[in-house]
Amino acid sequence: MSPAQLETTLLVAAVAAAAALPGCFLVLRRLALVGDAISHVLLFGIVVAFFIVGDLDSPWLVLGAAASGVLTVALVEALQRTGLVREDAAIGLVFPGLFALGTLLASLYLRSTHLDVDAVLLGHAELAITTPKVTLGPFEFGRLPTVVMTGVFLMNVMLTIVFFKELKLSTFDPALAAALGFMPGLIHYGLMGIVSLTTVAAFDAVGPVMVVAFLVVPAATALLLTERLGVMLILASVIGVLAAVIGVAVAFELRTNTAGTVATVLGALFTLVFLFSPRQGLIGNLLRRVQQRREFLVTMLTIHLTQHEGTPAEPDEARFEGLHRHLHWELGRVATVVTRAERMGLITRDGALLKLTPEGRTRARQMLGERG
Amino acid sequence: MSLWPDASVGPVVLGTAMLGAVSGAVGTFAVVRRRSLQGDAVSHAALPGVALAALVGARSEVLLVLGAAAVGWFAMGLVATIVRRSKVPFDAALGGALAVFFGLGLVLMTYLQRHTPGGGALRLQQYLFGQDAALLREDDLRPMAILGGIAIAAVILLWKEFKLLSFDPDFAASMGFPARRLDIVLTGLVVLAVVIGLQTVGVVLMSALIVAPGVAARQWSDRLGSVVILAGLIGATAGGIGTWLSHALSVTRHTVPTGPTIVLVVSVIAIASLALAPRRGILWRLHRPTLVPPP
Repeated sequence: MSPAQLETTLLVAAVAAAAALPGCFLVLRRLALVGDAISHVLLFGIVVAFFIVGDLDSPWLVLGAAASGVLTVALVEALQRTGLVREDAAIGLVFPGLFALGTLLASLYLRSTHLDVDAVLLGHAELAITTPKVTLGPFEFGRLPTVVMTGVFLMNVMLTIVFFKELKLSTFDPALAAALGFMPGLIHYGLMGIVSLTTVAAFDAVGPVMVVAFLVVPAATALLLTERLGVMLILASVIGVLAAVIGVAVAFELRTNTAGTVATVLGALFTLVFLFSPRQGLIGNLLRRVQQRREFLVTMLTIHLTQHEGTPAEPDEARFEGLHRHLHWELGRVATVVTRAERMGLITRDGALLKLTPEGRTRARQMLGERG
Repeated sequence: MSLWPDASVGPVVLGTAMLGAVSGAVGTFAVVRRRSLQGDAVSHAALPGVALAALVGARSEVLLVLGAAAVGWFAMGLVATIVRRSKVPFDAALGGALAVFFGLGLVLMTYLQRHTPGGGALRLQQYLFGQDAALLREDDLRPMAILGGIAIAAVILLWKEFKLLSFDPDFAASMGFPARRLDIVLTGLVVLAVVIGLQTVGVVLMSALIVAPGVAARQWSDRLGSVVILAGLIGATAGGIGTWLSHALSVTRHTVPTGPTIVLVVSVIAIASLALAPRRGILWRLHRPTLVPPP
């Protein structure tokens, strides 16, 4: 691993870990697209803050941008409260408008500065090695953006731990949270502020579009793996970091855009989990459905046989053609189900006649007993 | 500043007006169905399509647009599948797909630029922000007009079906309408409108042209037919005025980009409609607060 790749990996991993935590709450609170809107509007915030401050390296720029993120949320909610537009349309109205204003201002007045719109949008994590090192006396902490991102990550961890109870309650039961005096509105705006701050910090490294991937995709992937909030938060961070390590390696190998490659790896990880997750994966669900179907048919056969056991109709009902006629099963299915039931030790064959074993009888009775 | 800057602006104004009309009319359905951000997602997700088309050697604009449409459509199908087959909510699936596909597109584009001769000709900048509309030639107008015409024709032909699907999809399904297939077609029309506009106004701003005309028109009428027609008119007006403004305001050293100008014009129209629309507008309510029940 070259030093450049190492520095980039550290930076992107810090971004992924920092974004995964608020991302989980965005996904659970159905605010993923609000995150998208915030990340786009930050360009507007940066430009306006630059007009006021006049210095591209000022920390006020970051705060101004973060404030514009919160402002976006407030605007969207104000529009919604008028009752004239719904949430999705409000988002779709606010952020392209502010983004257009930002682009226009930037292209008109910021020509001479190095606020390159293209670079801002795509992110340049691979330039991590060119950034200054942060040192304190004899200690060396790492590159500046990486240190900042790690700081944001630690802040997010701390806030998540301190406000875990409040976040959890207001996410899953906002009405109860309000009734208990937890102030869900305050928590909501606090969360939006954190999302904005995290996004601004990640801006240089990954750009506003891919930051949405870092927020949403690890959380969505973790959602498919667990039903516990604490586990989800940890899993999402781990998935984000994993994607960062793999993605940066691939990007250096193929010389492709770093953030884009990591986003693609995140998408690939999600796809894997979506297909193969043990409890909720697509394939697992499909297999389970086939299994349930088989079980159901076998149980149905045993019930059918108990109903007619010892009755005069038994010789007619308990043979292949009888099953075909009375249960409306195709002959092929009759053969499969009978063979399976036989293998499971539920029935035996007596010539052409099917007889229940004691196990088969128990199974049918259990099922009928549960019903009645 | 002359009022009509250049004779060559004529076809450009016509083109963007056409684009505004199509996206406004089609976008109304997205707004009514609470899927306003579909346009945003499609426009981002279409990037790998552009790159893929270029990868297999396509150089004509029409093929690039078709590649974008195919991948944008595929992405929306994927979102629908994820929502139906897992507990990931719609917004997360849409946002995730948007960002991942955009990332994939960047990977393909940067790969092309670094590894194929002439790959650098693929203008990412243009895709992101739209090209300077002055570059729009009359040759480009014909494919735009054909694709836009297809979209409008589909809306007229499937009017009853789309209307039912927009307001009561369950009822539509119970009446025997193929609801899912109609949904795919309607999504396809949004995709079509988006890819037509990508070159002119760019990824981010395209979503405004889908949402804003519909929102604005909705304030003035309660009938779907009038809203769709009005949205088309508003879209066309915004496209035309925006393009003309950006040209009229541009002087030699400062060019005013067309895409953002169009979006600002359409946003202003939407805000004005929200404020002024008779009876439901915000100002109207301030004036006679007691007559309108709180929302």
